Amino acid sequence: MTDESKPQGPEGGAPARPAPGAETGTAPQPKPLPRPAPGAAARPRPKPKPKAPPEPPKGPEDQAPPDGMALPPAVTALQEGVPGAVSQVSFWVGDWTVIVAADRLLDVMRFLRDDPATTFDYCSDVTAVDWPPREQRFDVIYCLYSTRHRHRLRVKVRAGEDDPIESVTCLWTAANWLEREVWDQFGVNIVNHPDLRRILMPDEWQGHPQRKDYPLEGPGELLMENPQDWLRVRNLPDEAVVGAADEEIE
Amino acid sequence: MADPMATTLAPPRASATQFDTDELVINMGPQHPSTHGVLRVVLKLDGEKVIDADCVIGYIHRGIEKLSENRDWTQIILLTDRMDYVAAATNNLGYCEAVEKLMQVEVPRRARYVRTILAELQRIASHCLWLGTHAMDIGAMTVLLYAFREREFVLDLFEEFCGARLTYNSMRVGGLPLDIPPGWDQKVLAFCDLMEGKLNDYETLLTNNRIWLKRTRNVGVIPADEAIGLGLCGPPLRGSGVLRDVRKDEPYAAYDEFDFNIPIGTNGDTYDRYLIRMDEFRESIRIIRQAIEGIPEGPFVGKVPRLLKPAAGETYHAIESPKGELGYFIVSDGKSTNPYRFRVRPPSFCNLQGLRRLVVGHMVADVVALIGTIDIVLGEVDR
Repeated sequence: MTDESKPQGPEGGAPARPAPGAETGTAPQPKPLPRPAPGAAARPRPKPKPKAPPEPPKGPEDQAPPDGMALPPAVTALQEGVPGAVSQVSFWVGDWTVIVAADRLLDVMRFLRDDPATTFDYCSDVTAVDWPPREQRFDVIYCLYSTRHRHRLRVKVRAGEDDPIESVTCLWTAANWLEREVWDQFGVNIVNHPDLRRILMPDEWQGHPQRKDYPLEGPGELLMENPQDWLRVRNLPDEAVVGAADEEIE
Repeated sequence: MADPMATTLAPPRASATQFDTDELVINMGPQHPSTHGVLRVVLKLDGEKVIDADCVIGYIHRGIEKLSENRDWTQIILLTDRMDYVAAATNNLGYCEAVEKLMQVEVPRRARYVRTILAELQRIASHCLWLGTHAMDIGAMTVLLYAFREREFVLDLFEEFCGARLTYNSMRVGGLPLDIPPGWDQKVLAFCDLMEGKLNDYETLLTNNRIWLKRTRNVGVIPADEAIGLGLCGPPLRGSGVLRDVRKDEPYAAYDEFDFNIPIGTNGDTYDRYLIRMDEFRESIRIIRQAIEGIPEGPFVGKVPRLLKPAAGETYHAIESPKGELGYFIVSDGKSTNPYRFRVRPPSFCNLQGLRRLVVGHMVADVVALIGTIDIVLGEVDR
């Protein structure tokens, strides 16, 4: 259908369909056709076929360093100092990352902070990445910097939704708010944190917005009024959601 | 002072035996003029002395990280403007360099020079705003009017360059959206000359002013090891005598080609942080002059595809914003044209964390001085 087929006369300027949710109080009526066009009136518009969603990514690539590249001294010192803790070393566009087991996290971090060869005394950032189809869905990432040696290292830990991750606030005070944000936005189960509260979202908020399965447009007002109903509506199939949400708002 | 760990612990709960004391809990903000936005500080007072403070943030949380994960790589640049909105060009620079690092794109030398000039002009504008508001919090009204007058000149320069005065959207992945207009470099030089004289005016008003000294000296002292542990960055960290500046340690843009100093303090108090920022004005002017003098001819944008699609991988890139270390951690899954994860390490957020350590033990009136000295922008804290 092209633009020319649309009526241009005064009767064509009738108000188009009412705003969604405008007349939720009335019983469901047959909706009047929005445009009584003379030619192409009754032909129903073909519904756009739902596109198959792209396959969700499996997880980060964590490229291995190229062959023959020497590991930086901090990584070799860590491998010797805490044997068996580093499960993988990754190198990409100039950044080194070590992937460690979650239960050895505090040992690794304490070594990295205190050993004279590493001396990562500055915790730049703590953040997380959500990879939902994976069983251990979260990567928790610590960006460390050494003000003495002026080098960087990223430490990465994999964690499932309920796996406990030890807080590193006992080593770097800086991690306090950063870990609060990780918990607030992702719901990573951080344990032994001195002050684990929400930080960016309101205290009574439900859910963790940075997760990939959290809707971009947010939960809407329904969540604030009645979280249980919101969950029920959210789990309905797509076609039913609009009507059900209208009922609930009533 | 007590050990640094003590600052992280939650305040002890008021038990029945503590109810008789004269502690008073008051809210400072979120609509308090000296909190520079919508920061709420819950102060626990013993008389006029602060014995505990808790920052409540998130009032203008807009979910910029989440929004960015649903936009393509170019559309994000204008969202970064909205974080530190008094230094938008610096945010653009950090983001574009992070993507360039992930894609391994070569940026032309001319673009790197112009970026450096823009970043340093932005530092001057941001420090002008800091100086004016900080001085007004403490009671010096005149400086505000002077500093905003000079900031206006920087905004005019930006307006001439890209047409906007606050949210510039002034960089692109691979270079700049447009070349500098003819004659612009001469205006920048003229501004540098003017600014140098004005700096002396500011210092006449403040540096040896007895009230200023009384209000800032030995207020909010933080030693170097605690500052590092708390994750402070930028002038608050350098005020404690830590020689740390991303421009020198991990050079980006064209900073490795210029000669400049990193001012550091000795006492780690509010006065030292003031002096450092005043010196940074002068170093910025020095950098701008060198950059204008040596600006090379050539293209202003490198060869980048129209639709950006970095290979799967992740990177962290930090730059020195006027507030401190501004880092971007971005993850590409290599399939879509959106970042899979977009994370900002906001310097204001990490510096604000140190506020509690700074204010405990001081008077209520010093709280406004200390909020001013760490130079926060709530748009960046809350994102």
